[in-house]
Amino acid sequence: MDTQQQYGDEARPVLEAPDIARVLTRIAHEIVERAKGADDVVLLGIPTRGVFLARRLAEKLESITGTKIPVGSLDITMYRDDLRLKPARAIGRTEIPGDGIDGRLVVLVDDVLFSGRTIRAALDALGDIGRPRAVQLAVLVDRGHRELPIRADYVGKNLPTSLRETVKVQLAEEDGRDTVLLGSRPSA
Amino acid sequence: MMRHLISAADLTRDDAVLILDTAEEMARVADRPIRKLPTLRGRTICNLFFEDSTRTRISFEAAEKRLSADVINFTAKGSSVSKGESLKDTAQTLEAMGVDAVVIRHSASGAPYRLATSGWIDAPVVNAGDGTHQHPTQALLDAFTMRRRLVGRDAGLGRDLTGKRITLVGDVLHSRVARSNVDLLHTLGAEVTLVAPPTLVPVGVETWPCEISYDLDRVLPKSDAVMMLRVQRERMNAAFFPTEREYSRRYGLDGDRMAKMPEHAIVMHPGPMVRGMEITAEVADSDRCTVVEQVANGVSIRMAVLYLLLGGNDSAVTHTRTEENK
Amino acid sequence: MSKILIRGAQVLGGEVQDVLVDGETIEQVGTDLSAEGATVIEAQGQVLLPGLVDLHTHLREPGREDSETVLTGTRAAASGGYTAVFAMANTHPVADTAGVVEQVYRLGKESGYCDVQPVGAVTVGLEGKKLAELGAMHDSAAGVTVFSDDGKCVDDAVIMRRALEYVKAFGGVVAQHAQEPRLTEGAQMNEGIVSAELGLGGWPAVAEESIIARDVLLAEHVGSRVHICHLSTAGSVEIVRWAKSRGIDVTAEVTPHHLLLTDELVRTYDPVYKVNPPLRTEKDVLALREALADGTIDIVATDHAPHPHEDKDCEWAAAAMGMVGLETALSVVQQTMVETGLLDWAGVADRMSFAPARIGRAKGHGRPVSAGEPANLTLVDPAYRGVVDPADFASRSRNTPYEGRELPGRVTHTFLRGRATVVDGKLA
Repeated sequence: MDTQQQYGDEARPVLEAPDIARVLTRIAHEIVERAKGADDVVLLGIPTRGVFLARRLAEKLESITGTKIPVGSLDITMYRDDLRLKPARAIGRTEIPGDGIDGRLVVLVDDVLFSGRTIRAALDALGDIGRPRAVQLAVLVDRGHRELPIRADYVGKNLPTSLRETVKVQLAEEDGRDTVLLGSRPSA
Repeated sequence: MMRHLISAADLTRDDAVLILDTAEEMARVADRPIRKLPTLRGRTICNLFFEDSTRTRISFEAAEKRLSADVINFTAKGSSVSKGESLKDTAQTLEAMGVDAVVIRHSASGAPYRLATSGWIDAPVVNAGDGTHQHPTQALLDAFTMRRRLVGRDAGLGRDLTGKRITLVGDVLHSRVARSNVDLLHTLGAEVTLVAPPTLVPVGVETWPCEISYDLDRVLPKSDAVMMLRVQRERMNAAFFPTEREYSRRYGLDGDRMAKMPEHAIVMHPGPMVRGMEITAEVADSDRCTVVEQVANGVSIRMAVLYLLLGGNDSAVTHTRTEENK
Repeated sequence: MSKILIRGAQVLGGEVQDVLVDGETIEQVGTDLSAEGATVIEAQGQVLLPGLVDLHTHLREPGREDSETVLTGTRAAASGGYTAVFAMANTHPVADTAGVVEQVYRLGKESGYCDVQPVGAVTVGLEGKKLAELGAMHDSAAGVTVFSDDGKCVDDAVIMRRALEYVKAFGGVVAQHAQEPRLTEGAQMNEGIVSAELGLGGWPAVAEESIIARDVLLAEHVGSRVHICHLSTAGSVEIVRWAKSRGIDVTAEVTPHHLLLTDELVRTYDPVYKVNPPLRTEKDVLALREALADGTIDIVATDHAPHPHEDKDCEWAAAAMGMVGLETALSVVQQTMVETGLLDWAGVADRMSFAPARIGRAKGHGRPVSAGEPANLTLVDPAYRGVVDPADFASRSRNTPYEGRELPGRVTHTFLRGRATVVDGKLA
């Protein structure tokens, strides 16, 4: 992936690796607090980077609570509302932990919350898989510009942006380093 | 860029692997409480069957319904003799009703190609078997079954069948399954051997990317998968072989022959099987025989093909895979 | 009828000469002929040939007037430079009686575009079982000399032997459609590499060659002559070459499409390439060209086979076999034989006029371009280059394999006994 080309020279980091680690720790504590111990929490990351964030959150939750937290992935490609606007895309992995999600508190994890359409699709996908007790949403960055009545329960950083700007999350597992970049779209 | 799936020979290695990987995800849908995806909601697919094949039609129908497409079944019974106009007219009539894709089965080789290229209709065409030409979704589901068994369900993702030795046995001459499999397996890096009596090997086979043998017993110990092709009993009336018994003795797979195969090797059959002819009940019912799996895998493969051809505004096949931006 | 002076044409592609036509005959051939009282056709750079003769045409009338009639077929023939065509017998009803051949003969006379010489069926209903009344057809007004079950093979060796013997009485000839029926059951295309891949039923070369081999031996045995229709394989060429070297009285024809097209085209599954015998391989095409050049194959015959659009606008297996050819034959021969240096224009005159007229005993056709001969003439502009557009055809059918293909040469004028049937490339 050619970041420089895609995000221009002006792309600047708004979160660095230590920031990311810190906000994930904070979110983990918030989850434990709100879920009163996180006993029935299942973390489902949305591919690609939401899955890595979910795994990191699970580790942190485990170190806080001392119990194993089920973590999986939920691909939403087949539930997107813009399928017919773009070429068909390769679908990602959906991996539901062994005990399923029925009656559990599912925390969806994604890197960036933007229009809310991805989360809408994720809620539809969840409905076909089981019936959680409740569903919450954790995101690393909330950049605003919602197009649906959706909000995050846990936010790493609120990042007011213009629609001309781009937000790119890079994670070590996929991109070799942890950072969140704010850039501008190359003008047409 | 590909809009249709007419021949397994049209698929690149990356296309084929993408289809297999996608099918692997589709297979997971079968394990969920709600075995349905909303992906093709509002799209209408017509299964245009000019040749009886309940199995293939049901498999496509299951795939279409799991993707939430609306399904129209058109079955022209015994119309292998029907005049050509009926194909053109039928297809145009269906398109006028608003069909987004046509899955076609026809007794005439080349009918799907004709439908896709003649300008009769605009809709994408998926070949569900044409004459003795091609049956690409069968080859894909066979390759999918082989990859799962010989490479591994998860380990296989993103991988092909490089180095796997696949043997196809039986009526190659009249088999669209054989043609499709030879093309696709070669693309996926497998080494293919065809075994048949010389009467059932087509003249001109020498350019196919495979080996030819008339001796099943010599090939079996070097096979990772052995696919038995159906042999119609009527063929012996046209002197392709003397008797059913002689055919079975020389080219049928029984328990003794199966024992000559490596331990990990599997037995495949595209169905419907002619038990006692090309395969004995002992082999057909053994753990090494993947016939039932192949049927289940057929639905996953067809879901994958339909999704990749129809799931976007444009076919995904032969597009380079691009990273998604949020 | 007035005089016509064709000025400055290369006669048979050779010497530049003037040709003066008076009435139905050629009055004079020479240089600087007087144009007095004559319509002058400036033909500089063009080639003057004797009117072409097609030994193998399907005019479809009676029975399939939706694909061609004697009138539309002869108009197509004139456009292609022909002054005589032999109309095949596989009409409905079959031309197996004096009545049917006389009807076709009369329709040809009425059309006025070219002479139509009916071919009589060898067997009743083309069924290969019982000899048709060959003598009666010969004695009829149509004067049939060529007999053929074309479309079907006279596969019964005894029937074939009898037919060969029987027609000796009146100098007839049997034109055999060489196709062993059992070997070609369900055949859809040439059997080989392409058929194996496409899954289309194979039409093996041996099915043609075995019949030709049998028939030349039969002709030798009974001392008759035999003509081989649309020979299509390299192996057939070898057999005919051998037969001629033995002195067997065999003649053979090749179609223009077998001189140019190969079975690779079938990969399109477009039935416009479906024909019987099927398109063969590159190796066969080259052998056929060579055989036509060295005289092993005597003539080019079109096997003009019109079919209505719906019979070709369908899947391969359901489609009819055959191609129209009258209006493109000379261009294809120019491209494949003249421009490759295999044949000069005199050779073309022989293969497309002199020899077919001789084989079919067509009176007044295939005559030299010289004083006193009937004025059956064809003027060709060999420098012309054009893309084939079936919409321009005079034939009622459009099933040409050359649509969109650039072919050389154009017939500018055709004269049937001194009367122009084509003027400046247009039907008169």
